[in-house]
Amino acid sequence: MKSLCHIKIAIFYVILVTISSAALAVVETYEFTNKEGRKRYKVLVDELRCPKCQNQNLAGSNSPIAKDLRRELHRMIEEGNDDEMIKEFMVKRYGNFVLYKPPLDHNTIILWSSPALIGFIALLVAFVFRSRQAKVAHSESLSDQEKDKLSKILDQYS
Amino acid sequence: MSRLKLFIPLLMFFLLAGLFLFALSREGYNPQDLPSALIDRALPDFSLSTIESDELLTASDITGEVILLNVWATWCVSCRVEHPYLNKLAEQGVKIVGIDYKDDRQKAMQWVEKLGNPYAVNLFDVDGKLGLDLGVYGAPESFLVDKKGVIRYKHVGVVDDRVWVETIKPIYDELTAQ
Repeated sequence: MKSLCHIKIAIFYVILVTISSAALAVVETYEFTNKEGRKRYKVLVDELRCPKCQNQNLAGSNSPIAKDLRRELHRMIEEGNDDEMIKEFMVKRYGNFVLYKPPLDHNTIILWSSPALIGFIALLVAFVFRSRQAKVAHSESLSDQEKDKLSKILDQYS
Repeated sequence: MSRLKLFIPLLMFFLLAGLFLFALSREGYNPQDLPSALIDRALPDFSLSTIESDELLTASDITGEVILLNVWATWCVSCRVEHPYLNKLAEQGVKIVGIDYKDDRQKAMQWVEKLGNPYAVNLFDVDGKLGLDLGVYGAPESFLVDKKGVIRYKHVGVVDDRVWVETIKPIYDELTAQ
C-alpha cells in the first residue's frame, strides 16, 4: 500500500519535471563543451532580437531565421568567439535592430533616455498638480479677516 | 478658460490618431522592413554551386556588371508571384543572379523549367549561409550590386512594375552608367 503511494508521487514528479521543461520556450537543445558557454548562450539568446519577428528575441521565436541564428550563435560560442565578436557578427548582417540593447549614439539617444525623461516629466506634472491643489485648498479656507467676521456673527447668536 | 483645458487630452488624441493614420497609409508601409546593414559594402564572398551544376562559384565569378541579386525559393509563395516580372526584366537585358535560398534542388530545377528562367546564374544556397551573410530574413529579397561588386540597394518583398520603375530602375540606370 505504501509503495503504491510512493510510486504515484514519483510519477507525479517525473511528469512535472517533463512538462516544466517545455515551458522554457522554443529552443532546440545544443551541446556545449563547458558551462560558461551555455550561460553565455542563454544570455545572448535573450538579448538578440529575431530580425523578422518584430519584438521576439531569439529565444522565443520559431521562425526559420531565428533557428539559423541560434545555430550560428552556438557555433560561434563553441569556436571561441567572445560576446563582442558575436554581437558584431549579427549587427554586421542585420544592423543595430538585432540588439535589444543597441549602442548609444545620436540615433539611439532618444531611445535610451526616454524612460528617464518621461519619468522626470511625470514627476514634474505631479509636483505642479499637487502645488495647485494646495493653493486651491488654501484659498478655500477662510482668511483671518473672514474668520473674525464669522465669529462675530456667531457670537450674536450664541 | 480653464474649461478649455479639459479638451487637451482630446486634442492630443486627434493629433496622435492623425499621425498614425498618416504613417499607416503610406505606400509600401511594412513594419517588418529592416534597413539593410550591407548598403555600400562589398558583396560577401561565398563558394556555392548552382542549381544545375556542381561547379563551385565565388563572388568574383558573378561581379563585373550591374546585377540584380534575387533571393528566392520554391516554398515562397510571393516568389511565384514575382517570377513573371523577373522574366520580363531579363528579357529587357537586366542581369539577374538568383540565390535559391534553403531549397530543394530538384524542385528548383523544375520551377525554372516550368516557369521560365530569368537567371543568368542561379546559386544554390542550400543552408542559407550566403543569405545569412547578406542579412536575408525571408524571401523574396533583391539586391542591386554595382560593377565593382558593392551592394547599393536592397528591396524586401516582391519586385513588381511599380517597385522597379519607381525605386530600383533609377538606381540601376545610374549604376550602369558609371
